Amino acid sequence: MQKIVSIISLLALSIVLAGCSDLGVKPWERDVLAQQEMNLISDPIESSLNDHIYFSKEASSGGQGFGGGGCGCN
Amino acid sequence: MEVVAVAVTKTTQKNQDLARLLTAASCALIGSLSASANATESWDVDSAFLLYTESDGRVSAAEPVISATKNYDEETKLTFKIAADTLTGASPNGATPSDQVQTFTSPSGKGSYDAEAGKQPLDDTFKDTRIALSTNWSAPIDRNWAYGVGGYLSSEHDYQSLGLNGSLSRYLNQKNTTLTLGVNLSSDSINPEGGVATGLVQVPLSSSDSEFTQRADSENKSLVDAVFGVTQIINRKTIMQFNYALSTSSGYLTDPYKIISVIDDSAGSNYGGNYQSSGRNLYLYEKRPDSRLKQSLYWQTKYQFDNNDILDVSYRYMFDDWGVNSHTIDAKYRFRFNNQYLEPQLRWYTQSKADFYHRYLNSSDYSSAEFASADYRLGDLDTYTIGLKYGYQFADETEFYTRFSLYHQESSGDKGYGKLATQELYPGLDAAMLIVGYKF
Repeated sequence: MQKIVSIISLLALSIVLAGCSDLGVKPWERDVLAQQEMNLISDPIESSLNDHIYFSKEASSGGQGFGGGGCGCN
Repeated sequence: MEVVAVAVTKTTQKNQDLARLLTAASCALIGSLSASANATESWDVDSAFLLYTESDGRVSAAEPVISATKNYDEETKLTFKIAADTLTGASPNGATPSDQVQTFTSPSGKGSYDAEAGKQPLDDTFKDTRIALSTNWSAPIDRNWAYGVGGYLSSEHDYQSLGLNGSLSRYLNQKNTTLTLGVNLSSDSINPEGGVATGLVQVPLSSSDSEFTQRADSENKSLVDAVFGVTQIINRKTIMQFNYALSTSSGYLTDPYKIISVIDDSAGSNYGGNYQSSGRNLYLYEKRPDSRLKQSLYWQTKYQFDNNDILDVSYRYMFDDWGVNSHTIDAKYRFRFNNQYLEPQLRWYTQSKADFYHRYLNSSDYSSAEFASADYRLGDLDTYTIGLKYGYQFADETEFYTRFSLYHQESSGDKGYGKLATQELYPGLDAAMLIVGYKF
């Protein structure tokens, strides 16, 4: 299972990287993405509160960043 | 003469070039000076308060957080954050419910608490206050590279954590692609109430027992996390991220307060009841392996519709060497109206149990167990979160928001036998969360 996952992730990564050269915008087309709401983590405090709760109630953490941690709640 | 004339012309030409250069340079200097003066190093403050309450009088938490960011320029910033949380209430101790009243030794060994017949055993001595401080600095190195460094410190009465982290980003394709590598190191120390219990040993009656007196005061654990991410701008309205994360922890990974019941599996009148040892029910302290390797794949996409609404979807697959596999899907849709927004949120999470998770151990073979935990957070678990967020943006760019969400957990697993089969071994959990925040 783990092997399959790593192969799939490597493939996906290489597809993403190879496809990247065709993707994207010109510098003057960044108006929409420059909005604060379009940041991948647009509400860092809310995200950290969520991470903290899920870290203490579930067996998984992180993924987006380091996620949760630093407490004896799990 | 002609030569001199040419030389003079050349000199004039040189001087003109020099003058032009100087003008350009001074303009650039003045320009950049005034630009930095205009950008006036600003402070952004982000504050929030979380209230979290579980049903049936279990845990409730209150957590205020405040973070302040000093922006030196668009890409250079320094952030300080402080969070405090207080927890009170009761937490499942891991033992199974029974048709008899059960009495448990409190973690300190200085008292005891009861669980009524047919009720999930909850340890109500659970109480804690935590303070966490963190800081982060991020800045560009040059046009194509950026870095970040940070540290954090968190402390509660039985747990301390100290961490350092760093990240390096490389921009490619006119900054349409960003590769990021982040590393986090953490060193934690655990000093449980009553000392460090011996795993898979019977819970003693009181702190005068020899098991208590031989205990160490504290244990340690260390963590190393690494995240490798690719962020890609797809088009004017879409941004996507793909991360691979690796997390290793080693040291004391056991929950010092969790126990596990041993159930009588010999045929007779007590079949499926609590197994007796030393004249009382046998409960063992749980024990987990001393290392864990977690890996996760994370994908997130944010898309803005023509009407300015924003869809934010993410998926995470996580697996570890304890046998836990999990899937998480998180979706948010932000309806935007002039200076307000309304955002429904949905999250679904499912995990498979750790190899050493057992709801209980059997009297016939408990002594051969190497590791065991009845912590439902390591069992088969599905959770659902549904929430609604509302935000109001004032004219001066400050923002107020509030979010209410409901969280539901459903556990499942082995149903037991004999007397145990009539007990509710996997009670669900419902919790409500309220966040109120203000950014200025």
